[in-house]
Amino acid sequence: MSGFISIEGIARRYGTNAPIFEDLWLSMSQGDFVCVIGHSGCGKTTVLNILAGLDAPSEGAVIVDGKEISGPSLDRAVIFQGHSLLPWRTVLGNVAYAVSSRHRDWSTAQVNAHAQIFIDRVGLTGSEHKRPAELSGGMKQRVGIARALSIEPKIMLMDEPFSALDALTRGTLQDEVRRICTGTGQTVFMITHDVDEAIYLADKIVLMTNGPGAVLAEIVDNPLPRDRARTDIHKHPLYYGVRNHIVDFLVSRSRAFNTTGHDPRNVPVVRPTHALT
Amino acid sequence: MTASLPWRAALVSVLIFVALVLAWHAATRGTGSVQQMSPEYAKLMGLTATQGKSAMPGPLEIGAKLWEHVRNPFYDNGPNDKGIGIQIAYSVGRVLIGYGLAVLVAVPVGFLIGMSPLMNRALDPYIQILKPISPLAWMPLALYTIKDSSLSAIFVIFIGSLWPTMINTSFGVAQVRKEWLNVARTLEVGTFRRAFTIILPAAAPTILTGMRISIGIAWLVIVAAEMLVGGTGIGYFVWNEWNNLSIINVIVAIVAIGVGGMVLDLILARLTRLVTFPE
Repeated sequence: MSGFISIEGIARRYGTNAPIFEDLWLSMSQGDFVCVIGHSGCGKTTVLNILAGLDAPSEGAVIVDGKEISGPSLDRAVIFQGHSLLPWRTVLGNVAYAVSSRHRDWSTAQVNAHAQIFIDRVGLTGSEHKRPAELSGGMKQRVGIARALSIEPKIMLMDEPFSALDALTRGTLQDEVRRICTGTGQTVFMITHDVDEAIYLADKIVLMTNGPGAVLAEIVDNPLPRDRARTDIHKHPLYYGVRNHIVDFLVSRSRAFNTTGHDPRNVPVVRPTHALT
Repeated sequence: MTASLPWRAALVSVLIFVALVLAWHAATRGTGSVQQMSPEYAKLMGLTATQGKSAMPGPLEIGAKLWEHVRNPFYDNGPNDKGIGIQIAYSVGRVLIGYGLAVLVAVPVGFLIGMSPLMNRALDPYIQILKPISPLAWMPLALYTIKDSSLSAIFVIFIGSLWPTMINTSFGVAQVRKEWLNVARTLEVGTFRRAFTIILPAAAPTILTGMRISIGIAWLVIVAAEMLVGGTGIGYFVWNEWNNLSIINVIVAIVAIGVGGMVLDLILARLTRLVTFPE
């Protein structure tokens, strides 16, 4: 198995403690939208940091587009959980900082024009010259998204990007991220612990057991149609089947997962197809 | 109707000032006993003995003297009689040179210490030993090696202002939020660009706070240093007027030192506000 992104047997341990996870394999095709669900502390963020190049695996490797990654890259943009905007820069300044990192030879006018396109795309037109402290939580996260999009990465890595937002803002931003990412054909790896968010956004939902010694228990292949809308997704006959399957996993199986006979290289793919009555 | 807080605070300040001045005036009004003596002897004894005048000048005399200095701060009647403005200018000049050199050294070294855990540990014992040394303790060594009193005063200012700026810079640099550094890493920002576009702006408020502590120390030290080296400056002025037994001028100089220090501190406070970012 060698997808666009191929995680090959990675492990991460700190000192001599038991590993957070080991022998972890996962393959993703170009254009996949993958969500990872698991309880806090299972190592989701560590996997994402390794994919981003911010952390290195103790064993194994990650292959992206045929090359082993050795550090952070402009091809892999990260949307951080706590937005991570530079508070001394304006909205435009934050996005332009990313653009000028990608295109070092561009003039200021070119950089600003390019940044403006992505500020418009996330709906922040008119707030270009505000500083992060003047923005609401949802607007800050939009700036983070615009910054990640502006470098036009092949891969978007998102670490619970909407967890700090209120439900309404979260819904709007989910719509926008889905629209933008499916439009650009970007490969997305996203961490969440919101089951509904995962079902709405992802093509594949990876279920991770509790750490230490966390494993990828199974991959849920999302049976809902690609053109689903957030407003009526819960009326789809398969919706609650998928949802209950994932919630069952989080409530019981994530804690007492039986690893005998579990092959970490061939994580079972499950496609819940029975409708609830 | 209640006035706003700043106005009420200003009113209380003025009342305290008036009360202090009245108490001072009452205490120095001159109620001492007057002795009878021959006119020749009285000339030698001065007003304290002959008219019961207080040895301490009163607020009215100070006010008059202050006004005299303010009206003509820059006169120059030779080495021992220069206007208070000239003396302050000499002190400020020395402070700015010594302090400026200290900032030029302390900020880069602080950056190095803050960014490198190795240098942090390696230089820590030196800083811990050098920091508590009173800057004036360096004066004899400076005079012996530099052989110039004015340069020695500048060196003492330099060594005194070095530590707070250096320690604050290293602290500010080491405390830069990891998430901001990660932003730079994911954008493949190089070391130099990261130092100037992420670390410097993030640490600037802490660095400026260190610089503000340093300028305060520099201003404390310059008075004592100038008392030792003499020649010019507000510290020399204080000591010279003490030798002249002009208590009025000593008090005027004390007020001038306070105002000078306040102005320097206000400038740094304003600069700190410029680089501070809301979160």
